[in-house]
Formats: sequence, structure tokens, C-alpha cells
Amino acid sequence: MDQTISVTVNGRSFERSVEPRLLLSDFLRHELGLTGTHVGCEHGVCGACTVLLDGVAVRSCLLFAVQTDGRDVATVEGLAGGPQALHPLQHGFWEKHGLQCGFCTPGILMSLVPFLEENPDPTEEEIRELLSGNICRCTGYQKIVEAVQLGARLIQEKSA
Amino acid sequence: MKPAAFSYHAPRTVDEALALLRNYGDEGKLLAGGQSLVPTMNFRLAQPTALIDLNGIDELFFIREDNDELRCGAMTRQREVERNGVVKRIAPLLHETMPHIAHAQIRNRGTIGGSLAHADPAAELPAVAVALDAQMYVRSVTDARWVAARDFYVGLFATAMLPEEMLVEVAFPQSRSGSGWAFEEVARQHGNYAMCGAAAVVGLDGKGAVENARLVYFSVGEGPVVADQAAALLVGEQPNAEAIRAAADTAASQDIDPVGDIHAGPAYRRHLAGVLGERVLTRACERAAGAEGQ
Ligand SMILES: Cc1cc2nc3c(=O)[nH]c(=O)nc-3n(C[C@H](O)[C@H](O)[C@H](O)COP(=O)(O)OP(=O)(O)OC[C@H]3O[C@@H](n4cnc5c(N)ncnc54)[C@H](O)[C@@H]3O)c2cc1C
Ligand code: FES
Ligand code: FES
Repeated sequence: MDQTISVTVNGRSFERSVEPRLLLSDFLRHELGLTGTHVGCEHGVCGACTVLLDGVAVRSCLLFAVQTDGRDVATVEGLAGGPQALHPLQHGFWEKHGLQCGFCTPGILMSLVPFLEENPDPTEEEIRELLSGNICRCTGYQKIVEAVQLGARLIQEKSA
Repeated sequence: MKPAAFSYHAPRTVDEALALLRNYGDEGKLLAGGQSLVPTMNFRLAQPTALIDLNGIDELFFIREDNDELRCGAMTRQREVERNGVVKRIAPLLHETMPHIAHAQIRNRGTIGGSLAHADPAAELPAVAVALDAQMYVRSVTDARWVAARDFYVGLFATAMLPEEMLVEVAFPQSRSGSGWAFEEVARQHGNYAMCGAAAVVGLDGKGAVENARLVYFSVGEGPVVADQAAALLVGEQPNAEAIRAAADTAASQDIDPVGDIHAGPAYRRHLAGVLGERVLTRACERAAGAEGQ
């Protein structure tokens, strides 16, 4: 039986009627058309589907949309202010070639945003430990680490 | 859609959840963090007809100190356990273990109760609960009881809980003065399930000899494996390198009987058990000696 939920996504509220078995990842992509959240493994391993639930990085493929009733969801679409106004972290990825095909990138960005808020100047080891939760088949991670380091610096400069 | 259809229930109290659980029996499943359950539903290995979501039950989210014990509500997120100062002080072994469980994004959602109830043989928390003599508080509509961690695990993904029972709370006794502890695991990648892991708790007497020892492995059997023969060898001995090595060798050759999988064969798991056993016993004894000297 469908249930009505009301959820805020990137600051906009949506009311939808959903089947309980609808995963949050599919809700975002198919119901709201927010295809920036990628779906890789659908069992929690790859991290491509990572979004923020009330500010906390979680796998959207392991949550049901009904569980987000009354909650706040943030996806990669909400990061940039517009095509000319990338989030400083996105700028770091652009400058340092932190992506090739880009499939893993939305999940990595959404994992990193709260991480860098708590830990604005992480060591390389801390960055690599966080990245262990996201699989990238292209880059070999080296460029991603550099992108995060630059992104962290840009965030600090922006807030200084 | 990936999972099979189910009816969704979001109780606000433990009593409501227990009533639903009794109603649905084997067909119902409790949903905690969903970090183990939802993957199996996405594969349709699990097809519950009813999901009882515990995420709205405020009384299940807590960490507190009570009579020298650490009490954690079943729904306490793994990330919260990892970062909580009371946990660090009362149960330092638990604190040291938490970062080894999966990745931060999984621990943000995964719960202590979900991991303990799931009884995955490769999971860290069941082994640590056994090493620390934790007590599980289990309730049903008609009954409430405490079960010692060692009696809680009865086989592969199996616990002493009945289908209408749920884990409500877990209690860890305070780390005793004069006792030491250590945790180690080997995984292919940080955050993956380990190929072998070990937790040790050792207490020394006034003369520096081992008074009590417990060495518990995971990922080498159907659940947490207590290395009783190894511990018996060590008790009464001075904890020198030779005695510790003999105990770890016994653990690896006698106490465990690992099977192989795609990640590691039985011989490699035995090898890891010997090396990790030696390391955790050594560090636990050092910490116990350090605690004595204070
Ligand atoms: C990529 C990935 C890597 C992982 N790596 C590790 C790892 O290295 N080590 C590790 O230990 N775990 C790992 N996990 C699993 C993770 O720790 C889970 O959070 C945990 O196993 C289950 O907790 P949960 O709260 O998510 O429970 P759920 O998935 O919601 O539930 C698990 C099972 O327990 C039952 N259950 C839940 N709560 C209760 C309760 N209070 N009473 C009775 N039954 C209950 C459910 O019905 C279900 O059968 C990993 C998961 C993923 C996706
Ligand atoms: S799609 Fe969710 S973790 Fe891979
Ligand atoms: S850039 Fe292709 S998967 Fe990471």
C-alpha cells in the first residue's frame, strides 16, 4: 500500500505517494529526476549513491524513501550555486582531475562535504580512510586525494 | 524494484514494536540501520512481508553509565559508539574496535544492536561483546531476560533470541583495574569484513602472573570463537613472549577450525589467527602490566 511522504531535498519540499519498498536512490532518480545520485552496486559497497540525510552521509540504496518522511536530504545537485559557481570541493576535483568517467564522483563529494566540515585540514591517511567507503574504477585514487587536498584548502580560503 | 513488496510499520515505542513482532512472527523483520538487512532484501535473499522500523523509537537510542556498567540502547548508531567519551572510558576495547567496522558512511547508519543481533561470523562486535562478557537485554511481549553474550551466539547468523524477541539494550561491564585489552584484524582493504580478527582481555595478579585471560576470534568459525585452550595455557604463567606464543599457537591449531572462502583459505586463516593472537595477547598483557604499575 502506498504511503504519502513529505521530504525536503536540496531545500525544496516534495510530497509524494510511494510504495514502501521504493529505495531512496530510486526515489531521487525516478520520482524527482535527480539523476546526479548514481547507483552502482545497490548493496552498500560502492558508495556511488551516497547522499546526506539530515546532514549525515549515508547510502541511499540502503534506505527506503518512506524512511525520509519529514527529513532533509541533500544530493550532489545542491552543491553548486550554478554552472559558473562550483562548490570549492568541486573546483578542486576539476583543477586536479579528480575524476575520469565521473560515475563515483557524486558519492565521493557527498561523503566529503560533512567530513571536511568536521575535519577541515585532514591528513592524507584520513582522506584515504574516508575514501575506502567509495569505489573508483578509473583514477587509482591518487588524483582524488590531490583534489580533496585542494578542495579543503579552497573551502578554508573561502570561509576565511 | 529491487526488494519484494512488504508492509511498512513505524512504531514509536518498544511495546508497539514487540506487539507488531508477535503479530507477524517469522514473516516480520525488524529494521535497524538496514546496512545488512537491506542488501539481503535488494538481492531478495530476504523477503519479509512486514518491516518494523525501529528508527522512530527514541527510547532505543542512548549511551549511559549505570553502576559501573556501560549501557547502550540497541539503536545507538555505530558512529556514536565510536565517538562517545563514556564508551572510551568504560569499555576501551569497544572504543578501539569501532573504526574497524565497515566505512564511516555505513557506521553513520548501522547500529550496535543490529550488528549484535545479525550475528555475522565475520563481524567485530559479537566477538568483542563475548570478550567483554557483555549482557544482552532481550524482550518480547510476554518476557524480558538478560542473556550473556557467550550464550547469545548459537551458530551461523543465529542467536538465542526467539522470533518474537528483540534486543533492547546491551550492557558492558567496566574494564577492571589491572586488566588489559587489545583488538586486531586483517582485511584486504580498510572497512572490508576481516579475513581474521581477534580480541583479548587479560588480567594479572599481584605477582604479575596471568590471573584470567580471554581470547576471542571472529571470521574463523560460525560465530565468535572463544580460544579456551589457549587461555587455560596462559593462566598462572608469567606473560613472557614464550608463554604468549605457545598460547597463540594453541589457539590457531586447536581452538579454531576455520573454513575457506574466496577471500582466504583455512591455512591462511590459521596463520593469521596465530599472528593476531600473539599480538593481541602481548598488547593486552602490556596494558595490564602498565595498569598494575599505576
Ligand atoms: C559495505 C559494507 C561493509 C560492511 N562491513 C562490515 C564490517 O567490516 N564489519 C561488520 O561487523 N559489519 C559490517 N557491515 C555491516 C554493518 O555493520 C551493519 O550495520 C550491521 O551488520 C547490522 O546493523 P544494522 O543496524 O544495519 O542492522 P539491520 O541491517 O537493520 O539488521 C540486521 C539484522 O538484525 C535484525 N535486528 C536489527 N536490530 C535488531 C534488534 N534490536 N533486535 C533483534 N533483531 C534485530 C534485523 O531484523 C536483521 O535481521 C558492513 C555493511 C556494508 C553495507
Ligand atoms: S549503489 Fe549504494 S553503495 Fe553502491
Ligand atoms: S572516475 Fe570513473 S569510477 Fe571514479
